[in-house]
Amino acid sequence: MKLFSSIGAYLLMMKGMFTKPENFKMYWKELMHQSVEIGLGSLGIVAVISVFMGAVSAVQTAYQLTSPILPKETISQIVRDTVILEFAPTLVCIVLAGVVGSKIAGELGNMRVSEQIDALEIMGINTKSYLVAPKILGALITIPLLVILAMVLGIWGGRLAGSLGGILSADTYDRGLLENFVPKNVWFALVKAYTFAFIISSVSSFYGYNVKGGALEIGRASTIAVITSCILILFADYLLAFFIL
Amino acid sequence: MIEIKNVSKSFGDKEILKDISAVMETGKTNLIIGTSGSGKTVLQKCMVGLFEVDSGDIIFDGKDLTTMSEEDRKELRQQIGMLFQGSALFDSMTVEQNVKFPLDMFTKWNHQKKMDRVNDVLERVELKGTNKKRPAEISGGMKKRVGIARAIVLKPKYLFCDEPNSGLDPQTSMVIDKLIHEITKENNMTTVINTHDMNSVMEIGENILYLYQGKKEWEGNNKEIIFNKSARLNEFIFASEFLKDAKDMRMLEEKGIIDNDRNMEDIMRDGGANLVIGEEDRKE
Repeated sequence: MKLFSSIGAYLLMMKGMFTKPENFKMYWKELMHQSVEIGLGSLGIVAVISVFMGAVSAVQTAYQLTSPILPKETISQIVRDTVILEFAPTLVCIVLAGVVGSKIAGELGNMRVSEQIDALEIMGINTKSYLVAPKILGALITIPLLVILAMVLGIWGGRLAGSLGGILSADTYDRGLLENFVPKNVWFALVKAYTFAFIISSVSSFYGYNVKGGALEIGRASTIAVITSCILILFADYLLAFFIL
Repeated sequence: MIEIKNVSKSFGDKEILKDISAVMETGKTNLIIGTSGSGKTVLQKCMVGLFEVDSGDIIFDGKDLTTMSEEDRKELRQQIGMLFQGSALFDSMTVEQNVKFPLDMFTKWNHQKKMDRVNDVLERVELKGTNKKRPAEISGGMKKRVGIARAIVLKPKYLFCDEPNSGLDPQTSMVIDKLIHEITKENNMTTVINTHDMNSVMEIGENILYLYQGKKEWEGNNKEIIFNKSARLNEFIFASEFLKDAKDMRMLEEKGIIDNDRNMEDIMRDGGANLVIGEEDRKE
C-alpha cells in the first residue's frame, strides 16, 4: 500500500513541475547552477573511475584470452564494447546515484526541514518547478555528457594499461578499436544515460522534497534515495537491454 | 483584515483545530498564543495556505483563501510576508541575496532600484553593512532581522511570524518584538504572530487569541489578559512566578494597598527586582 502511495506522490510531484515559471530568468539561472553542480561537481570522480575501469578491463580481458588463435585486437574490441555498453553508462550512473543522488536528496531535505521550501511557497513560488525541475533538467543535460566522457576515458584507460603493461601495443589497440564497431551501441548507451539520469535526479528529488522530521531523516532520505536509484537503474538496465538489443 | 470563520483541521483521526473563529485586525499585532501542541502553528499554516482546512473560511480583506484558484492564491501570497521560527534563510545566499530574492522573482526593477530597496529594508532592521555575510556567519537575532527584511521587502499587506522569539535572549526578543510592532504600524499591515512568550504578549499583544487543545479559549488584549477569568489561560500565563507576582502587585494596586505611578508594562519591563514592595512604595 505504501509503495502505491509513494508512486502516486512521485507522479504528482512530476505533474506539479509543469507550470508557467514566475520568472523565466530566475529559473534559467537555477538550471545553469544545477548543471554546473551536477556536471562539474562529478567530473573528477567520473574521470578517475573511467580510466581505471578501462585499464582493469584491458588487463583482465588479456588475462582471460589465453588462446593463441585470437588476435590481440580482440582485447581492445572487448574493452571498447564493454565500456560503451555497460561500464560507462551503468557503472558511472551507479556511482553518480551516490554522488549526485545523495547531494540532491540532502539539499532538498535540508531545505524542507529548515522551512526554506515553505518560505518559497509562501512567496508564491511553485517549489516543484523551481527546485525540482532544474535538478532533473540539469541531470539530463550533464549526465549523458559525463557518460560520453567516461566512454572516451575508459577506452583510453584500456589503451594506456595495455601499452604500459606490455599486453598489446598502442597501434594494435587502435586497430582493434576500428574493427567491428557497431554505432548502435553508442546510441544504446546514450538511451541508458538519459534513462538513468532521470531516475537518479527524480528519485532523489522525491525523497529529499518529502523529508519529514529533522537531521536524522535527511540522512535516511539520502540513503533511501541512493538505494532506490541503484535498484531502479539496474532494473531499467535489464529492461533496456532486453527490449533494445 | 483577516477573518477566520469556523476553521477545523484534522490530521488522520487527530483533530488539531476545532471550529475556530477570529478576526485579525489591520494595523495591529495579532497574537496567537497557547502551549506547545495547542494548534498555533497549524492555524497559521492554514491561514497562509500551507495546509488546507477541512472546513471553514479564511478571508483576506473579502477574498476567501479556501475557495480561490491557484492563480489567485499565488497573487495573494505575493502580499504575504512570513518570518519563520528558524528564519528559513537560504543557506547558499548572502544576506543581500536573501532579501533581494523576492524582488528578483517578482519585479522587473533594474538592479539599482532593487539594491536601493534592499539597503532600505536592511537599514530599517538595523543590519546596514551586513550585505555580504552568509546566514551561517550571523547571530540568531540577526537572522530573524534578515527574515523580517525579506518578509517586508515587497511591502506585503499581511505579515505572519511563527514564534519570532524562539531561541533568542530576552533582550533580543524585545528588540524583535518592537521591530515587528513598529513595522506593522508604519506599513499598516495585518500582522499575525504565534508565540508563547509572555513578554511579547504584554508588550505587543494588541489582539490576542488563546488556543487550548485546538479550541479558541479566550480573546482579548494585553490590558485585559491579566484579569481574564479563564482558568486555563491563567494557568498558561501565570506559569511563571514572576508573572504571578506581577498579578498580585496589580491586585494590591487596585485595592489601593500600594500606589505606583508606573504602569504595569513599565514594572514588568524593569524586571523582578522592582516587584518587591518596599516600605517607600506603600501608601500607609
